[in-house]
Amino acid sequence: MIEFKLPSLGAEMDEGTLLEWKVKPGDPVRKGDVVAVVDTSKSAIDVEIWDEGTIYELVLGLHETVPVGTVMARLLEPGETPEHAEEEKRKRAAETAAAPAAPAPAVAPAVAAAAAAPGAATEARVRISPAARKRAAELGIAPAQVAGTGPDGTITREDIERAAATKAPPKDRWSEMRRAIAAAMARSKREIPHYYLATDIPLAVASRWLAERNEHRSVTERVLLAVPLLKAVARALVRYPEFNGHFRDGAFVPGAGIHLGVAISLRQGGLIAPAIRDVDALRIDELMHRLADLVARARALTLRSSEMTDATITVTNLGDQGVELVQGVIYPPQVALVGFGKVTARPWVEDGKVVAMPVVTASLAADHRASDGHRGALLLGEIARLLQDPRSLDDATH
Amino acid sequence: MDETALRQAVFATLRRIAPEVVPGELAPDRPLRDQVDLDSIDWLNFLLGLHDALGVEIPETDYAALVTLDDLVAYLRARLA
Repeated sequence: MIEFKLPSLGAEMDEGTLLEWKVKPGDPVRKGDVVAVVDTSKSAIDVEIWDEGTIYELVLGLHETVPVGTVMARLLEPGETPEHAEEEKRKRAAETAAAPAAPAPAVAPAVAAAAAAPGAATEARVRISPAARKRAAELGIAPAQVAGTGPDGTITREDIERAAATKAPPKDRWSEMRRAIAAAMARSKREIPHYYLATDIPLAVASRWLAERNEHRSVTERVLLAVPLLKAVARALVRYPEFNGHFRDGAFVPGAGIHLGVAISLRQGGLIAPAIRDVDALRIDELMHRLADLVARARALTLRSSEMTDATITVTNLGDQGVELVQGVIYPPQVALVGFGKVTARPWVEDGKVVAMPVVTASLAADHRASDGHRGALLLGEIARLLQDPRSLDDATH
Repeated sequence: MDETALRQAVFATLRRIAPEVVPGELAPDRPLRDQVDLDSIDWLNFLLGLHDALGVEIPETDYAALVTLDDLVAYLRARLA
């Protein structure tokens, strides 16, 4: 039996509220399937599963809020029988009861209480009339949090109506997001000894290459300058891997791939930095599609859980807002952030002559526990060098 | 497609990118990107939406002429004629 638990949804995001199940008992699932939609402080997230099997039971009810790590559903492994799963379930429940209480996660008491006794909550939730269950779903009430007044404590339709009448108003997403950003950024500034570097990169070659490439292309195939910039960062990280990964338990852990977190500002305020995976191996057109899709989905608040946690470094591009230099705050547990400002025509000396040159200022904020300024300078230098040969950035391999 | 229908199509596309936009509050003769927070990716997604909705291909070299909503509608009318 496989227990499917609410995955981590990013730094300082420690709980989620189930909005929708995308599967039902009996459905087969494969790695990467979206099984549920969960609301977090930042956005609604499509939660993916990374196991293969058949949905056996859905444990979590609609609109229940639970901490990361809570069992949401149980699955049958390929070839497993329901009888075997029931036996496993009993065994695990007995182990949980016997084991000393696990250290409670730092969450609101009401949530912790619900999480401490998932079995009890599940059993209690079963005692509900079909009409009441239907009404609960319509009203957005979690049956587990309603006291039943029917026979044997069964929850009745009236109980649900009563609960709905006294329900607390929904959380204000904007203030929740500010809280999550504040917590992550305060942790970053408290724990990470940042150092900052910046360099100006001439973009005449890259801009010309892009303009020629876009000229005869349909709008559906057009590529933005942000794409070669992202690709150059990813390619440079292949040579300087100490900027790509996480700082955990006092040591740097290199990333398993180069997954760029792309900082995206949200229309209602706040920001989110979901990841594009394995950017170093993506062709320019593919990367453009991924970026446009990611931005559209981030703005529409439909991201996937893996996108929220996979990033091994963040890239922020504030050029559209007109600033030239970004001095970023690292998103923990990452160890670096690369920033790009606005591309502007600036005086530039080339072959002993002053010319008007499109230039972007690239900056690096890096964690001094994981790297030193010398290597940081080499990383920025490598990004600059790669952008002088944009054609090579379109190679799938390196 | 008449002017009204065209304007509606443009607004519908814009609102998919920027749901907070209220059509009546946009000045059609002022720069669109000063009134609506559209970055370069939003802008591209907007043009992609127009391409899907109207079948009009807008070359990159024409971007500079498309500053206001009136510009955009006039441009699309000419292209659709």
